[in-house]
Amino acid sequence: MPRPKTYNTEGIVLKHMRLGEADRIITLYTPDRGKVRAVVKGARRAKSRKGGFLQPLTHVRVSIAEGRTLDQVVEAETVASFRAVREDLALVSTGLYLADLVDGFSADGAVNPSEFRLLVNALGALESAERPEQLARYFETRLLGVAGFGPELRQCVDCGEELSAGDHAFSCASGGLVGPECRSGTDGALLHVSMNAIKVLRFFQAADFPQVLDLPLTERLIQDLRRVLGTYITHVLEREPRSAEFMHLVSSG
Amino acid sequence: MNSPEPYPSSDPVGKLVEELHRLPGIGPKTAQRLAYHLIRMGDEHSRALADAILAVKQRIILCSACANITETDPCRLCQDSVRDRTRICVVEEPMDVPALERTGAYSGLYHVLHGAISPMNGIRPEDIKIALLLERLKGSEVTEVILATNPNLEGEATSMYLHGLISPLGIKVTRPARGLPVGGDLEYADEVTLGRALEGRQEF
Repeated sequence: MPRPKTYNTEGIVLKHMRLGEADRIITLYTPDRGKVRAVVKGARRAKSRKGGFLQPLTHVRVSIAEGRTLDQVVEAETVASFRAVREDLALVSTGLYLADLVDGFSADGAVNPSEFRLLVNALGALESAERPEQLARYFETRLLGVAGFGPELRQCVDCGEELSAGDHAFSCASGGLVGPECRSGTDGALLHVSMNAIKVLRFFQAADFPQVLDLPLTERLIQDLRRVLGTYITHVLEREPRSAEFMHLVSSG
Repeated sequence: MNSPEPYPSSDPVGKLVEELHRLPGIGPKTAQRLAYHLIRMGDEHSRALADAILAVKQRIILCSACANITETDPCRLCQDSVRDRTRICVVEEPMDVPALERTGAYSGLYHVLHGAISPMNGIRPEDIKIALLLERLKGSEVTEVILATNPNLEGEATSMYLHGLISPLGIKVTRPARGLPVGGDLEYADEVTLGRALEGRQEF
């Protein structure tokens, strides 16, 4: 059966790239088709009917025509523009980082509706987030989970022994905590994780947005989480997400 | 099976086609057509074209004050004594300067960033001409900086970043209004543009 020539879907614009004189290619993250790339003709012209709708970090509903090499957006309307996010530097740099992570964690053709919901909820929560860094740490933990890389925090990844409360070591290669007895036998570098950081990570794995943002985490604890999660994410993606540097620059300045 | 290239790049015609193909918006077919045209073109015209390309590459430099492309340093606009030296309009690309000049509504100076901060494409603040701008503002007579970056996500992020750096210097920071394009239909405007156009409404 021939495939339909145009299809309707919704998605979050993860990024855009210039193409030719006035066009753009956007990367859209959709719940039903995963990552979709499509051309937006004339998007960079001031009078474009679509350019304004298809900025990164916008939730849109689109009609896409399938092309031989590249698909093309024929119609677009906004579901949510997350305007408060794009009008604050700390929020927009965090939002771009979240989009960058989703881009990095989703392979072409892989469909993962929970990942889409997570991103939509995160951008919505980011609009009124007073501590975007805390939201970013939560998002990292949950994204790792829905993408299938959720860190093991209750049992030793080496021997399977239940871990007692206390500081532990994290192995990026095995994707979880290593108990004190197995530390010497584990290959690869281990990261020290404090008991409090482990507690927060466990809480993040089970918690939802409003709860998470109300948690009064200290700056030091957030930095501790950033080190562990950042190192693990870089290990999984085999590169550091490019947008991380700007986010850290903005949050420290 | 791929058909063999009609002109290998060692061949002068093949080399020309290949070089033309590098230009933006020029596909392989257009490159071939242009190459044939150049071959048929009179000697003096092809020489004039080659000279013009060389002249651009040899003589065009960046203005040490505003980073715009220029033949003289400082550039014509920075030298012009009639222009208002208390205002600087910050733009992303050299092509934005003639666009703003055509409006006839601005008589101050410019500053060309040569890009916008784009975290996802790895373009950082130090990759564009921000340091030069801040250097230029220190101890200058400038009272207003107009941030005319593109009204897209990267342009806005760049403007917000610059605002954070410039406003502590006691200089007024403004940006062009966002609104409805002349000749467009209201129903096709996106929410953000329409919202900002309403907020920025003016008395009739």
